[in-house]
Amino acid sequence: MLYGLKIATRYLTASKAQTALLVLGVAVGVFIFVFMSALIGGLAEFILSRTVGDIRHITIEADDPDPPVLIQRDGHVLAVIERGRTRTATLPDAATYLPLIEKVPGVVAVSPQIGGAGFLARGAQVAQVSVTGLEPGRESAILNLRGYIVEGSERLGSGVVVLGETLADDLSLKLGQTLRLQSSIGASAVLAVGGIYSTGNGMIDASSVYVSLPTARTLFALPQGVTRIEIKLSDLNAADATARRIAALTGLDAVPWTEGAEQLMEALNAQAQTGYFLKTFALITIVIGVASALLLSTYRRRPEIGIMRAMGAGRGFVIFVFVTQGALVGLLGGLSGAALGYLALLPFPSRDAFEAGTLPMDITQGSYGLAITLTVIGAVLASILPARSAARVDPVTAIGQ
Amino acid sequence: MAALLGPSGSGKSTLLTILGTLMKPTSGRYTMLGQDLVAADDCALTEFRNRHIGFVFQFHNLLPDFTALENVVFPTAVREGRETAQARARGRDLLVRMGLEARVDFPSANLSGGQKQRVAVARALMNRPELVLADEPTGNLDRDSAMQVMDLIAEINCEEGTTFLISTHDEKIAGLCRRQIVVGDGVVTG
Repeated sequence: MLYGLKIATRYLTASKAQTALLVLGVAVGVFIFVFMSALIGGLAEFILSRTVGDIRHITIEADDPDPPVLIQRDGHVLAVIERGRTRTATLPDAATYLPLIEKVPGVVAVSPQIGGAGFLARGAQVAQVSVTGLEPGRESAILNLRGYIVEGSERLGSGVVVLGETLADDLSLKLGQTLRLQSSIGASAVLAVGGIYSTGNGMIDASSVYVSLPTARTLFALPQGVTRIEIKLSDLNAADATARRIAALTGLDAVPWTEGAEQLMEALNAQAQTGYFLKTFALITIVIGVASALLLSTYRRRPEIGIMRAMGAGRGFVIFVFVTQGALVGLLGGLSGAALGYLALLPFPSRDAFEAGTLPMDITQGSYGLAITLTVIGAVLASILPARSAARVDPVTAIGQ
Repeated sequence: MAALLGPSGSGKSTLLTILGTLMKPTSGRYTMLGQDLVAADDCALTEFRNRHIGFVFQFHNLLPDFTALENVVFPTAVREGRETAQARARGRDLLVRMGLEARVDFPSANLSGGQKQRVAVARALMNRPELVLADEPTGNLDRDSAMQVMDLIAEINCEEGTTFLISTHDEKIAGLCRRQIVVGDGVVTG
């Protein structure tokens, strides 16, 4: 085996320019593989972080009870109360479950909330808003409110409201000014603007306001419990499994973000499949390149193969020499391509600092090990045909050449 | 030492090829050292060839990307899977005996025709074969180089008892051999 390795190495080093070109060709294929992996992975990461990264990954909401029906003794329905648009269901024992949920592996933040609809009024100006009551101290647990604040603070104290920049502009509100917030059940509170945020999401910036949980209890007449629990995970791809675990642990209906995000998932899958196609084409190019180069080498070295066979080299030895050449070319090309790919990705910002207008390349998703392994396997497979052809060389004919 | 004589196309090279187990005869038997070489499979023939037969070709047929010593050591290294120190020592001894002590680590591609043929003779002797088949070993050499190679072959034949079967057109070369075998139209005629 060692001797076969020596012969293979000698053959590769004997024609340095040809080998360098071959390795370069393989390296370019691996470079494309690494680059595409980093781009597709980074793009998926970017899209997820911009769409679901800043929202809850798992939501627990109480089921609305069925509306009561008044039925006569003979079975005739006398009255039906239709379900209102406002959610009225609550999770009365939320406080009991919070410590349990916080201990589930992968959970990084838990936020009990009271949500509902309301109207924000300042003088004659009125705007319909979505009201969310957050626990003071956990304002940025799910939505990074602190990071989006453009004026004031995200801290939700008593009598304070934090609202979006668009809404503030619409109502000409400034920091510290007071306004009246009326809930959908008719309760109202006078609040001061404690902070103005801008998420870049027009819907949120124009219609979401945040108050403290005690203020929300007053507004929605909810002395205990919450309307939902939002959970954030360290790995948003683990949402399905973690939701099932939380549901089993608490008996509550935990819904992962992937439910209702089918279109996004389809888009990401389509993007990933595009990446697989491109990477497959890169690998096919490598295999064809190595196979054709080794076939040429086999043809060129026919007389030498004949001599080796005459001197007592078996067919297995000849196969080993050519397959080893393929493996060495794959390994060298794989290593240099992966290194080139890594160097090319270095100037791009890290995944935590993706900037608008630049390619969201994720250097950590270059699949370097996979690229090298697949390249070596591909190169070995590519060399089998030339190696078999070399082993079948008839020494008499070859030496005669 | 035996010379194989005959005009071109008479079957000398074919006979050497069959004797060297590189080709099987279409009919008949071929037994050497008690082994039936017609019935043997490719693996057994390769092993037999490596251990018992040496080759010297007209165009020396060295491996061009290897040094003189590496070429000589090849038959042993390919059998043992590596170049042992023992094999390298024997290879060096053979090259010294061929008068190539200054060319041991020379790339074989840089050697002269006569030197290459002497390396080829050393390679043929590396595994101490019982039979060395030489197909026109001096056909591509000038008179001096040809005589030098033949002297070496005769010396080894005398000292080590290795059998040489030499195919040649040259009657002077044939005259150096103890026996002459004449081939014509694929038949041994004398």
